[in-house]
Amino acid sequence: MEARPFLEMRGISKQFPGVKALDKVDLTVYPGEVHALVGENGAGKSTIIKIIMGVYQKDEGSISLDGTEVDIPNVIEAGKMGLAAVYQDLTLAHHLSIGENFFMGQFPRKKNGLIDWDYVYTKTEETLKALNVDVNPRLKITELSPAMQEMVAIAKTVHKKAKLIIFDEPTALLSNEEVVILFEIIRKLKESGISVIYISHRLEEIFSVCDNVSVLKDGKHVKTLPVSKTNQDELISLMVGRDLTDMYNIDHFPKGEELLKVENLSRTKVLKDISFSVKQGEIFGLFGLVGSGRTEVVRAIYGADPIDGGQVYFKGNPVKIKHPSQAISLGIGLLPEDRKHQGLALAQTINHNINLASYKAISRFSFVQGKKERARSEDSVKRLRIKTPSIHQYVRNLSGGNQQKVIIAKWLCCESNLFIFDEPTVGIDVGAKQEIYKLIEELTREGHAVILISSYLPEVMGLSDRIGVLHEGSMAHVVDREDFKEETLLRYASGL
Amino acid sequence: MKLLSNKHRFRIAEGNLLVIVVVLMVILSFATKNFFTANNMRNLVRQTSVNGIIALGMTFVIISGGIDLSVGSVVGVSSIVVSKLLVSGVGILPALLIAVLVSTTLGLLNGWIIHYGKVPPFIATLGMMQAARGIVMLLSNARMIAGLPKSFTAFAQKVIIGFPSLFFVWLVVILITFILTTKTVFGRNIFAYGSNVEAARLSGINTAKVTLSVYAMSGLLSGIAGILMTSRLGNGIPTAGQGYEMDAIASAVVGGASLSGGSGTILGTVLGALLISLIQNGGNLLGINAFILQIIVGVLIVGSVWIDQKRKNVKS
Repeated sequence: MEARPFLEMRGISKQFPGVKALDKVDLTVYPGEVHALVGENGAGKSTIIKIIMGVYQKDEGSISLDGTEVDIPNVIEAGKMGLAAVYQDLTLAHHLSIGENFFMGQFPRKKNGLIDWDYVYTKTEETLKALNVDVNPRLKITELSPAMQEMVAIAKTVHKKAKLIIFDEPTALLSNEEVVILFEIIRKLKESGISVIYISHRLEEIFSVCDNVSVLKDGKHVKTLPVSKTNQDELISLMVGRDLTDMYNIDHFPKGEELLKVENLSRTKVLKDISFSVKQGEIFGLFGLVGSGRTEVVRAIYGADPIDGGQVYFKGNPVKIKHPSQAISLGIGLLPEDRKHQGLALAQTINHNINLASYKAISRFSFVQGKKERARSEDSVKRLRIKTPSIHQYVRNLSGGNQQKVIIAKWLCCESNLFIFDEPTVGIDVGAKQEIYKLIEELTREGHAVILISSYLPEVMGLSDRIGVLHEGSMAHVVDREDFKEETLLRYASGL
Repeated sequence: MKLLSNKHRFRIAEGNLLVIVVVLMVILSFATKNFFTANNMRNLVRQTSVNGIIALGMTFVIISGGIDLSVGSVVGVSSIVVSKLLVSGVGILPALLIAVLVSTTLGLLNGWIIHYGKVPPFIATLGMMQAARGIVMLLSNARMIAGLPKSFTAFAQKVIIGFPSLFFVWLVVILITFILTTKTVFGRNIFAYGSNVEAARLSGINTAKVTLSVYAMSGLLSGIAGILMTSRLGNGIPTAGQGYEMDAIASAVVGGASLSGGSGTILGTVLGALLISLIQNGGNLLGINAFILQIIVGVLIVGSVWIDQKRKNVKS
């Protein structure tokens, strides 16, 4: 007997200014099915989710729920139709209790009109128990660990009678044991007939929890397969559409003098005795699981966060960097992990952003020399091939890849020697990725040094000369290029 | 639409405002007998100058993503300080300098509290608004200070080549603030800071300096406005400047500054201040009920932001 699919999407297209985000994509999910959605960043995964959740409206195609064609005008309606999504920035009110979060907007009343708290908390506890989530429903969300918050957010969607739950990178913040608990919950959801769409960059997870997998590439649906009939290599080649080694195939250059040396860098509860060094012309990768302190290490070096101990040497001299401005004048540039919140003044122009960190060099008595400012921007736009009609364009109107290039241009204008790239390719398309890799190659060709942080193993392995693996705030190992092996690095990162 | 550049967008916003101001002036010239008289024009310019100067300080604060509710009270402090000093026989120049210094210090204190105490600007300056008004009342015993020297009060009445002297002060302030926002590193840094504090900090911008400077600037300009106002009214008045924060914010916002920070122009604020004065002045001449004018200004403030939001949404 052919079961009826819960969600059926046919020929979904979505056009954004300058880019076709989705091009006639099909997606079918049956009740009790865990369906993985994979693809490179920019492949269209988040667009399709946003269409399901009513955040975006499709331009073309049809969506059916339980056999009936529907229109999903907004998130609230999506919720009523039994569609739910668990995002990383969880949709919980942090200062309310778990029970209050569950019943928000529909509190049960007693006869006298007051809220029936007993009912709220017993009912919440029941739902939590059914999913094996062991927590007191009277606790406030702020009192829970991030992992527990995620479990609670999932339980809330179950409480709201969701029939389809979307998980977007659910394991990003979880430890290995917590991942096991999460998978247990997903299996329980499956048993009760709930459909799940599962998105993760960690392909191995897909094989342990999903039934089927759909691959998206550049907004197109490539293929849907049962996970039992495929493997990671096949998925990767479907996602990328070409051999992966190509992309990371950049030239490596002879190394020069030691540029940066870090000795016993410590920050209470965050970093413990971190030591490593980076030479000119070298790409030093930093790898570790979320929470291992990757970003914290570079922020501490850069003077963005305070340090409690240790010594940093730059070009052989001991330095004390207490503010990013000191790092910048030494010749260190940081491309932060969250370009929108940390890297760019989105509401300002390309011209402004490119020169942001180096106005000292192009001003006289604090007056900006407009001609020089514009000339630098024009040069940078040409050199880095930033796609824009004008240097006076707002940065917020640029694509992710071009935004990253603006940040890189900013540091080139500062004549930096050490470029710290924290997740430089998150959320940008394959083509732009390759351009960024080429830029990294060019920087090292000129003798600059690069520290590359990436949570994506193939990337950090493909590009780095050496990789420092962090585990819980300590440097677990520094591995040379010839010893790179996915398995070893993962083992070090897990503290084994 | 997407390709419209930054510069163009600003020009369109300011252009619209300029057209509205000019059209309104033409209409008022024909509709009333008294609008285009030298007397009324001078009056209009005098009133607008005081508000306009405060609004320019406010523009700096708003571009930086903050707000300064204390400007009206600082106007009061400046007015009372300069009056007390003059009445007690201090020379005009030292009296002016001291009043400006005190006002700037109050602004600096705002910035200090906001930066180092991490107190939200709304709260910090709300507190200052109350406290500074308290200082005014204490200093003046809540009484008007009369008997200011003629040489001081004459300044506001002076007319130079047809324009009231206050206009020239405003003009100088416009020029300086225009240069500061468009030509200097300081100006660039305020915009960057206002649109993303963290990105600005990570780009090496000294955020303490930016915060302290913009609030000091607002205090300084409020102080100057307070002096001009005192000269114009001829007395030190304890309630001087009450409610001026609202006019200043309205001028900046109507002129295109966004309260979320990162955008705003000097020219826009100047036009915004002019438009608000025009509505009040023209409305009076047309015999429109003052309360109705208040409603119109309210609608104008909300409407201008509404239209701006719409335009932004169309873009994204």
